[in-house]
Amino acid sequence: MTVVLPRPSTVDLRVRATPGTVAAVLVLGLVAVAVVAPSLIAGDDPLAADPLHTLDPPDTAHWFGTDQLGRDVFTRVVHGARYSLSIGVAATALSVAVGGLLGLVAGLSPRPVDGLLSRAFDVLSAFPEVLLALLFIALTAPGAPSLVLAIALSFAPRYGRIVRAQTMVVRRSGYVEQARTFGLSGVRLAGRHILPNVLGPLPVLATIGLGSAVVNAAALSFLGMGPQPPSPEWGAMLSESRNYLRVAWWTAVLPGATLTVTVVALTAVGRRLQRRFEGRRA
Amino acid sequence: MTAVLKRLGGSVLVLWAAATAAYLALRLSPGDTVDTLVGDGPDTPQIRAAIIADLGLDKPAVVQYLTYLWRLLHGDLGRSYVLQRPVVDVIGGQVWPTVKLTLLASAFCVVIALGLAVLTAGRGRWLRGFVSGVELTVVSAPAFLIGILLLSLFSFRLGWFPVSGDRDAAALVLPALSLALPLGGLLSQVLREGLERALEEPFALTARARGLTSYAVVARHALRHALLPTVTLAGTLIGFMLSAAVVVERVFGRPGLGEVATEAVGNKDIPVVLAVVMLAAAVYVALSTLADLAYLLIDPRLRKEAAA
Repeated sequence: MTVVLPRPSTVDLRVRATPGTVAAVLVLGLVAVAVVAPSLIAGDDPLAADPLHTLDPPDTAHWFGTDQLGRDVFTRVVHGARYSLSIGVAATALSVAVGGLLGLVAGLSPRPVDGLLSRAFDVLSAFPEVLLALLFIALTAPGAPSLVLAIALSFAPRYGRIVRAQTMVVRRSGYVEQARTFGLSGVRLAGRHILPNVLGPLPVLATIGLGSAVVNAAALSFLGMGPQPPSPEWGAMLSESRNYLRVAWWTAVLPGATLTVTVVALTAVGRRLQRRFEGRRA
Repeated sequence: MTAVLKRLGGSVLVLWAAATAAYLALRLSPGDTVDTLVGDGPDTPQIRAAIIADLGLDKPAVVQYLTYLWRLLHGDLGRSYVLQRPVVDVIGGQVWPTVKLTLLASAFCVVIALGLAVLTAGRGRWLRGFVSGVELTVVSAPAFLIGILLLSLFSFRLGWFPVSGDRDAAALVLPALSLALPLGGLLSQVLREGLERALEEPFALTARARGLTSYAVVARHALRHALLPTVTLAGTLIGFMLSAAVVVERVFGRPGLGEVATEAVGNKDIPVVLAVVMLAAAVYVALSTLADLAYLLIDPRLRKEAAA
C-alpha cells in the first residue's frame, strides 16, 4: 500500500541529490575553502622557488608537478583560486547589481526611458564580451580592479534585459494592479511588491553567469590583462606555462583542468537550480 | 516587409550608437591626444600645431564628431598612435586569418551540433547521459583551454599538427576545433531539445506510422522544426566566437585580429583597439540581423506578428 502524502505547500528549493550534483557541490566546497583559507589545503608558499627541482613531473611530493622555477604547481593552483574566483564573484555581483537596477528602472519607466535603456543594452551587447573588456582595459590599466569593472560592464546587459522582461511581467500581474488600486505610491509598489518577485530568478542566473565570468577573467589574464606574474592567478599561470608545454604538459594542463572542473561544477549546480526553479513556477 | 525594414533600421541605429560610444571613448581616454602622438619624437610648437590641424582638434566638437562619422562611413578608421600608419593598413592584413579561422570553426560547429543532436535525440538514457556530460564539460571549458589541451596532445605529443603560425591548412585545424567544440556542444544541446519536442508532435507519429525509420523522421521532419531556435542562437553566438578567437589565436601564436588587439591594448594604441572592437561589433550586428531575417523567412507565423 502506498501512502500519498500531500505536497508541502511551502516553497521547496531543495535540490534532488543526484551523484553529479553532489560531486559538483563537493567541488565548489573545496574551491570555497581554497578561496577563504588556501593554507588548509596547501600549506606551502606559492611563490617559493626550488632551483633543484624545476619542471618535475607530478609525483607524491608534488601532486601537480613543479613549474619552470621549481614552484609547486598544486600550491599555486590552490592559492590562485582566490584571485580567479574573487574577480569572477566581484564582477558578477557588480553586473547583477548595476544591470538589475537599470533593468528594473527600464521595466517600470514610461516608454521613452525604457526605449533608451533597452537600446543601451543592445549597443553594449553588440560588442563581443572579451573585446569590450579589452577596450575598457586599454582605456584604464591592466590589473585586477579594471578586470572586475571590464567584465562587469560586458555582463551587465544580460542581467539588465532579463530583469526588465521580468519586471514587465510582474507589473502587469493581478496583485500589483490590486495594490495600485489601494493607492500605493510608485516607490512602495516597486520596492515592496515588484522587486521581490523580480529578484527570484537572479541568484540562479548569477550562478551560471559566475562560471562565464570566471572563464572570461582567466581568458583576459591569459592575455596579460589581469594580475601580473608571479601572482598564481589561473589565467596568468596558463599564459606562463604555454611556453613550457613541449617539456612540461602538467604546468598548463593541471591548472587548466582545475579551472574547467570549477566552471563545470558552477554550471551544473546553476542549471539544476534553474530547472528546479522553472519547475516550481510551471 | 515592414518587419524587415524595422529590423534593419534597428541594426543601423545600434551601429550608429556603437560608433558614437567609440568616439566618446576615444575623446574621454586619459591623456592628451597631442601628447600621445608626439610621444618621444621631436616636440616643437610647429609639430603640435600640425597635429592639431591634421586631426581637426581646433574645430568645434560637433564638427569633429560629424567628420569622424563621415570618415568612418568611408572606411577611414583614423591613425594608429604607435605605428603612425592608418588603422586600416594595420588591421587590413590581419582580417583574413581571423575570418578563415572563424569560418572553418563555424563549419566544424555545425557538423558537431548536427551530428551529436541527430544521433542522440530520443535515444537511450546512457548514451544521452554520456553525451550530455561531455557537452557540459566542453561548453564550460574555456576555448583557449581546449586549445592548450589539443596543442599539448596533438602537436607536442603526437606531432600531427604544427605548433604555431599560419603556414598551411593543417595549422588551422586545431584552433578551429578549439573554437568549435564549446559552441558545437551548446548548439547541440539546444538542437536536441528542439528535436525531442518535435518528435512528440503528432506529425512525427504519423511519419513513423507511414513506416519511416526513426532516423528518417528526425532528419526529414523534426530537424526543420528544431532548426528554428538554433538559427537565432547561432546569430548571437557569433559574439562568443569572436571573443574566443582573440584568445585562441594567442594560444596558437597565429596572426590575426587577436594579436593586433592584444598588442594595441599593451601599447595603449586606442584607435587600433577601437577599430578591432568596432569591426567585431559590426560583424556581430550584421550576422545577428541576418539570422533574425532568416527566421522571418523560415517561419511565416512570425512575419504576421512582427508586422502587426
